[in-house]
Amino acid sequence: MSEELYKQMAQSIIDGDSDLSVELAKKAIEINMHPLEAITKGFVVGVNYIGDQFGLGEAFLPELVMAGEAMKAAVATLEPELMKLGEARETLGRVVLATVEGDIHEIGKTLVGTMLSASGFEVTDLGVDQPAEKIIGKALEIDAQIIGMSALLTTTMVRQREVIEELDKEGLRPRIKVMVGGAPITRDWFQKIKADGYSEDAVGAVKVAKELVGKADS
Amino acid sequence: MQPKLSLLNDELIARIVEEAYQLMLKPGIKVQNAEARQLLAEAGAQVDEETMVVRIPKQIVRQALETVPRQFHLFDYEGRPTVQYGGDAVHFDPGSSGISVLIPETLEHKTAETEDLIRIIKVAESLPQYDAQSTAVVCHDVPKDLHDLYRLYLVMLFSKKPIVTGAFTNTTVHQMIDMLAIFAGGRENLREHPRAVFDACPSPPLIWSNFGAGNLITLARAGVPAEIVSMPLAGAAAPVTLLGAVTQHAAECLSGITIHQLARAGSPIVWGGAPSTFDMRKGGTPFGSVETAMIDSSYAQVGKSLGLPTHAYLGATESKILDMQAGLESGMGAMIGALSGINMISGSGMLDSLLCQSPEKLVVDAEGIAMAKRMLEGMKIHTETLATGFYEGVNFKGGDFLKQRITMQLFQKEQHMPGKVIDRDSMRGWKESGSMDTFTRARNRVTEILASYSRPELDPAKVAELHAYVLDLAQKAGMEELPRLEEPSYA
Repeated sequence: MSEELYKQMAQSIIDGDSDLSVELAKKAIEINMHPLEAITKGFVVGVNYIGDQFGLGEAFLPELVMAGEAMKAAVATLEPELMKLGEARETLGRVVLATVEGDIHEIGKTLVGTMLSASGFEVTDLGVDQPAEKIIGKALEIDAQIIGMSALLTTTMVRQREVIEELDKEGLRPRIKVMVGGAPITRDWFQKIKADGYSEDAVGAVKVAKELVGKADS
Repeated sequence: MQPKLSLLNDELIARIVEEAYQLMLKPGIKVQNAEARQLLAEAGAQVDEETMVVRIPKQIVRQALETVPRQFHLFDYEGRPTVQYGGDAVHFDPGSSGISVLIPETLEHKTAETEDLIRIIKVAESLPQYDAQSTAVVCHDVPKDLHDLYRLYLVMLFSKKPIVTGAFTNTTVHQMIDMLAIFAGGRENLREHPRAVFDACPSPPLIWSNFGAGNLITLARAGVPAEIVSMPLAGAAAPVTLLGAVTQHAAECLSGITIHQLARAGSPIVWGGAPSTFDMRKGGTPFGSVETAMIDSSYAQVGKSLGLPTHAYLGATESKILDMQAGLESGMGAMIGALSGINMISGSGMLDSLLCQSPEKLVVDAEGIAMAKRMLEGMKIHTETLATGFYEGVNFKGGDFLKQRITMQLFQKEQHMPGKVIDRDSMRGWKESGSMDTFTRARNRVTEILASYSRPELDPAKVAELHAYVLDLAQKAGMEELPRLEEPSYA
């Protein structure tokens, strides 16, 4: 019975069907399935599958995003139940995302946010054009383990370095790890500014984030 | 709405046809086949037996155009009509009659043999962009007498697709029809459901050779589709002007259709060709030149105005290797051919002015064909409003459209997803997968295709009959056994 429901849950995510994933989450509550079980044995399986397929070039961005949205919707349905049980979903970590000051491009960063939250991170996305103090301030406020910053322009990518220098000045590293990304960002740049993680795509970013919080997939 | 390229207006088309009619009277058409001359004479043409020149009056040609089918299909092994000749249907097949193949390791153009043709057939069979096979290269490991029919034999064994082929003599055309009839279950069935079309070539300028005209007559009587491959060579074997070449093409095709329909009215025939400009620097025949494509596009328009099925040679290149020249000439040719609504476009895979075939090039050309076919689908209206219906929930934020269900539903209808031969990776991804150029990716793809190919399931009794038929001809030609077909490297 549960096995069948888990399969349907995973499939609803693979199909990017938010209506169905919410319905299945409600069904889980009805039959007193533990919300965490529903997430880890059902929905997450679907997210992982789509992520893998995307990595192989077999799934495409709209499918990835829709899967992430369906996942978010399912988790949002289950969260009140978790609260009632006095348990919070054990997240993989808290992440603050932002596009750096002077830059308004965020498609890639939003994708990273979708994938991170679908994978079990608690993501606070500040949006675009965010100065260093706002990014760091939010990270301290929610006790984030990771700051993720994107930049599309070669003229704005230098802002990533400013945030890192600011964090170092305040002695906030290695407590807060920094991930960088964006079209002009290369491995060289990532090393040069001494960031902690870097990926060229959203699926890779999940892997990096898991490593940074010591929860890498075995 | 299928987008269309029109290089000619109605007035110009009428002038071309009118001058083609004049050419058939003066200087006339040289017909080197006695039976064809007799057919024309009986129909009222003026024949000079000494010079073999025939003056064909307009009304005989008009009569032929009345009886020629406007549309017919080629059928695959299963009997499905998968190729449509007629209208604006567009199909592609590999270029044929090459004599060599590109060896990817050495870049040598090696004289083609059995194993090379099998490799080409397997690749073309696996790529959906090719609606038909061709008898792509001549295999030099069998006696000359078998050269044309042996190619057909291999295609019949390794493919289920329709076939664009051709005979090299007036004897072998009968044998090749017999071979097809074995699989079709008799000549009558073959006529009803033809699997192959046979090229028949006039010789420029304005000559129907004994062999070319003989083939037309045999094909017409068998009811097996014929495809005229007229080759005006603009500036050498045809007028230097593109319009002059198009007009000569029309005269050669119209005279061919007349002979064909006189042999048997109602048999299917295609208005096709392999023209080219004549390169004044090297004396070559550039099939990748834009003027060649312009001649093709224009004569196709003329053929369509007469209500005929069309064919052209495009998508080939003069380049000797798979380089940028090969890509740009082949891609442009495929696009121009597709936009001209040409029913069968032959030439893919060909290097060195149709002399050399390459399975690797077939793989790359398939991507050009896919782009051309997407172009043909044109701008599509999928939704009630063009844009306004898309903005609900969009808060001036990039990426929001990725979250829309309709994006997931429609993106593959709007965007063609290229295969692995096309690189759209990031710099890092490209480096991580080996920093490969197009040629290297194409080689890998060919390796993959050959590894996953499996022989089609064919009726063993028919295969045995075909084998016995071809073996008999081989033995008469002095060859004891046919080449072994499955070397371990093709397992």
